[in-house]
Amino acid sequence: MSARTAKAMINGLLIGGAVIALFPLLWMLSVSFMQPGEASSLPPPLLPSHATLGNYRELFVHAGMGTYLLNSLLVSGAITLLSLSFNLMAGYAFAKLRFAGRERLFQALIGALVIPAQVAMLPLFLLLKYIGLVNSYAGVIVPGMATVFGIFLVRQYARGIPDELMEAARIDGAGEWRIFLQIVMPLLKPIMVTLAIFSFLAAWNDFMWPLIVLTGQEHYTLPIGLASLAREHSQDSELMMAGSVVTVLPVLVLFLAMQRYYLEGLLLGSVKG
Amino acid sequence: MNKQRVAWLFLAPALIVLGLFFLLPVVAALALSLTDYDIYALANIHDLRFVALSNYWLLLQRPLFWSALGHTVYFVAVGVPLSMGASLGAAMLLNSPLARMKPFFRTALFAPVVTTVVAMAVIWRYLFNTKYGMANYVLGHLGVHPIDWLGDPHWAMPTIILFAVWKNFGYNMIIFLAGLQAIPIDLYEAARIDGASAWQQFRHITLPMLAPTLLMVSILTVSGYFQLFAEPYVMTEGGPLQSTTSVLYLMYEEGFKWWNLGSASAVAFLLFVIMFAVTAVMLRLSRRSEGAAT
Repeated sequence: MSARTAKAMINGLLIGGAVIALFPLLWMLSVSFMQPGEASSLPPPLLPSHATLGNYRELFVHAGMGTYLLNSLLVSGAITLLSLSFNLMAGYAFAKLRFAGRERLFQALIGALVIPAQVAMLPLFLLLKYIGLVNSYAGVIVPGMATVFGIFLVRQYARGIPDELMEAARIDGAGEWRIFLQIVMPLLKPIMVTLAIFSFLAAWNDFMWPLIVLTGQEHYTLPIGLASLAREHSQDSELMMAGSVVTVLPVLVLFLAMQRYYLEGLLLGSVKG
Repeated sequence: MNKQRVAWLFLAPALIVLGLFFLLPVVAALALSLTDYDIYALANIHDLRFVALSNYWLLLQRPLFWSALGHTVYFVAVGVPLSMGASLGAAMLLNSPLARMKPFFRTALFAPVVTTVVAMAVIWRYLFNTKYGMANYVLGHLGVHPIDWLGDPHWAMPTIILFAVWKNFGYNMIIFLAGLQAIPIDLYEAARIDGASAWQQFRHITLPMLAPTLLMVSILTVSGYFQLFAEPYVMTEGGPLQSTTSVLYLMYEEGFKWWNLGSASAVAFLLFVIMFAVTAVMLRLSRRSEGAAT
């Protein structure tokens, strides 16, 4: 096989792959601008004949999509902020502070990763029911306020900070909080950005737990709202595509803007130990 | 002494959250699975009775549990090799020195990973609509009769597998790409001078050098795929004829539709035990083959 054929084949396959990966997304966007019923015709139309924003209007005016969007922003934002602070503190402690049983505790946390989250969901639901958090934003946020993955990521990164920096500050009489806030945090900025994107995307896309704990529409996040709409409106393809656009666009844009940090975190997190 | 206290103060928030909202519920799930916690106990806790292992015993006698397990294993056994094959193929294409516009292709192939499962499942349902879907339209031109993708019990799970592969392959692709980039180019050059074909290079350099990554990725992917839930929930509601009811779907219905929380906890624990056993076997097999190779 000549180099030219090989080159054509490799790039041809890449183009084919990219088409397969992107076509559903582009078609979703296109169908979301079609008139009601237009997408249910043969041959399947690729572009709207008369583009309309009617589906989006319908979603936000009648289907409560605006509420779902705000709920998603609120819940994902809160989870990101809280889990970022808690994971940073714990990851830093595991990396740089000395205490009895540090390694064993960390190993135990890593070991807990083998337990699938769903095992905890039934008792967690009962627990939250007894403290009155079922069907509230807090019910979604509270269990996500710390993650083993996040602690792990921060610890890996924070281990690279030279001890001398903190020792020097301690000798100068700085308190531990000040050292953390003024010396350690600035050095952890790259991993903070990575972790923030990860947490936000995970919280935004999360489905099973919000589905369980949110029993009333007024607190639905976008995925739950969309799934419930999809059961009611299974025939309204145009409307559902518009709903999918609203659900996916924020995270896609976030990813495209912060791609470098996200992919770095993905690789950091996959190199265990 | 003071140092210790500082460390625990830094740890406290995260440990309290994890302990209270993860470890405690896990332990409680085990306890719950030994009781007959149901809708009556939900209303009045005094109706709760200890039933030992009878939830597990009853589950193992229920055809629905076995069929749900069968569907899940089907999804894992077909979906994981397909996903990993797609990931590795895409990573090798991206790693090729002949590939152009790599950043664009990498982003394009990765894009489905960051999207929301529910939204993508909604799109997929439309793409694979029997009458108006693009899939049947394209296949129709190739002379294939319309397939009832999500309505035919034989096709529903393959369609969900196809969806999962499309949605997830980009994730492992990135990990494989990093693994491929870490293989020294000299190895390939030496092999080429010795006259090794592309396949031989793949078989004797790429695969062995990538083996640790492959093992880790396959274990993570297997665990992930065992947790199949959102796809059938949105695309098929577990149907048709319960052909896409996964173990977690069963747990969800048992727990949050019928409120049999005791029995649902037993389902969750059985899934955990099965996942644990499967990954342990995978680790052991890989160690053995490693031992045989050296």
